[in-house]
Amino acid sequence: MGNYFQKDIETMPVEQIKAMQAEKLVNIVKYVYDNVEYYRNKMNEAGVTPDDIKGLEDLRKLPFLSKADLREGYPYGLLATDLKNCVRIHSTSGTTGKRVVAFYTQHDIDIWNEMCARAIVAAGGSDEDVVQVCYGYGLFTGGAGLDGGSHKVGCLTLPMSSGNTERQIMFMMDLSATIICCTPSYAAYIGETLKEMGYKPEDNKLKAGIFGAEAWTEEMRRDIEKSLGIKAYDIYGLTETCGPGVAFECSEQTGMHINEDHFIAEIIDPDTGEVLPEGSKGELVFTALDKEAFPLLRYRTRDICVLTREKCSCGRTFIKMCKPMGRSDDMMIIRGVNVFPSQIEAVLLNEGYAPNYQIIVDRVNNSDTLDVYVEAKEGDFSDKVKDMAKKEKALASAIKAMLGINPKVHLVAPKSIQRSEGKAVRVIDKRKRLGINV
Amino acid sequence: MAIKQLSVFVENVEGSLAKVTDALAEENIDIRAMCMADTQEFGIIRMIVDDAPSAKQKLDDKNLFLSVNEVVGIAVSDEPGGLAKAVRVLADNHINIDYMYAFISVSKKNAYVVLRVDDNDAAEMLLSEQGFTIVTDDDVSRI
Repeated sequence: MGNYFQKDIETMPVEQIKAMQAEKLVNIVKYVYDNVEYYRNKMNEAGVTPDDIKGLEDLRKLPFLSKADLREGYPYGLLATDLKNCVRIHSTSGTTGKRVVAFYTQHDIDIWNEMCARAIVAAGGSDEDVVQVCYGYGLFTGGAGLDGGSHKVGCLTLPMSSGNTERQIMFMMDLSATIICCTPSYAAYIGETLKEMGYKPEDNKLKAGIFGAEAWTEEMRRDIEKSLGIKAYDIYGLTETCGPGVAFECSEQTGMHINEDHFIAEIIDPDTGEVLPEGSKGELVFTALDKEAFPLLRYRTRDICVLTREKCSCGRTFIKMCKPMGRSDDMMIIRGVNVFPSQIEAVLLNEGYAPNYQIIVDRVNNSDTLDVYVEAKEGDFSDKVKDMAKKEKALASAIKAMLGINPKVHLVAPKSIQRSEGKAVRVIDKRKRLGINV
Repeated sequence: MAIKQLSVFVENVEGSLAKVTDALAEENIDIRAMCMADTQEFGIIRMIVDDAPSAKQKLDDKNLFLSVNEVVGIAVSDEPGGLAKAVRVLADNHINIDYMYAFISVSKKNAYVVLRVDDNDAAEMLLSEQGFTIVTDDDVSRI
């Protein structure tokens, strides 16, 4: 059994959760139909009216909403309430295209903060903890989300925002931070910097970290846990759905519980849109049940994952999602093979390399090329060219074994790949420049 | 007996080599001998300097990626066949040379050859038996 922020809800019997979801679904569909013209038109086109939605089994009748819809509706097209009822705006980073802005009423913010509070408590947090939030504050949801959650729990909140790593470390040490929240790549960088500054993992007071906003691997989790001397927990969310906290990890660290009192999750076949049975791998789709300002019905996340409802030792009954295996946005098709950056990262960590790398995809003479730049291991430099070439070759074979395609591996000097304080830029696809649809 | 060689990784990017040479100039390090190995992707600059420990420290401080290892240095008479004799004795004794480079000192009649072999001790023994002078770190500082 674990710690809960809202025990009655987090451990509610599954049948009860489903009944609650069904009731909320019927109401939210009506609310959206009445208030969001954009989605009403979609429903009309699909020949569905709110009267057709009587329970959970009717969910699949509703049309999907995609990121393209949100972009098309920018800025107010999907807003369901008067702006005077809204108190906050957040925005996506816009790395994959035009930004999406999301609106919040105070009630939306309260629910979001509660979900983040559940995540912090699940990671062992209480009002005795000092929570260092080094996610960016601002339009990005990371800072505001964990900050709000930390306040709900009653933790002492250190609103550091991202960047200025030396200052982060100074405050972490001087003010005895016990929980840290940031992107996993920044956590790894903080760990690296601590070591450089001569600190050992046991020198800090941190016990847990809550990391999200980008894809990371189990190997990376182990590395971060070792370098910071903590337990590392995953957290999931999208700006569109509110931000981090939609799902969070418990002490089992085997996937993230989705806050099912506020969201219904489905897995679909990304090509056909067909709903897949539990345990299948496919694209994650969310229906928000309580959002007032920016409601989403059947929103396609582009994240590929698996849902399972097995009994969890933490006592929570919410369904679990595995760590996303990559965004279908991140997925590259190279020489006809589906490749996720996270697969390459897993190989690097397995082979003992740091998770600092860059992938460059290009097309030369009508054939795709995959170049992976990897930082050589500290102290592992040889004066013989053939030794260095051998290391590159060994790594290339390991990647080939994973992906089935041959990469060209380039070892570069340690610490020469630029570090990120927010989301890391891992992939540069030069084919886009050529106007090739990838 | 062997002498210390510094090998520095230089990426195939403008200014990488200058970073190395600037650092050594700043520290007043004299490069006695050097050779550059290049591949399509990166280069390795190998050097014998007058003060290897200070040079390593300086390059480490500049976050350069390097290693220090021992190589065999010999004095070879600066005349036809001088080098042939040394290489022959190693070949006859199955000692492989990974790479080598030479430099000529203006003040003496000898050329100096740096050899990277798999077994330094064996190579030095064979070469000194054949009458070659083995160069030491002290010699390097004085050359």
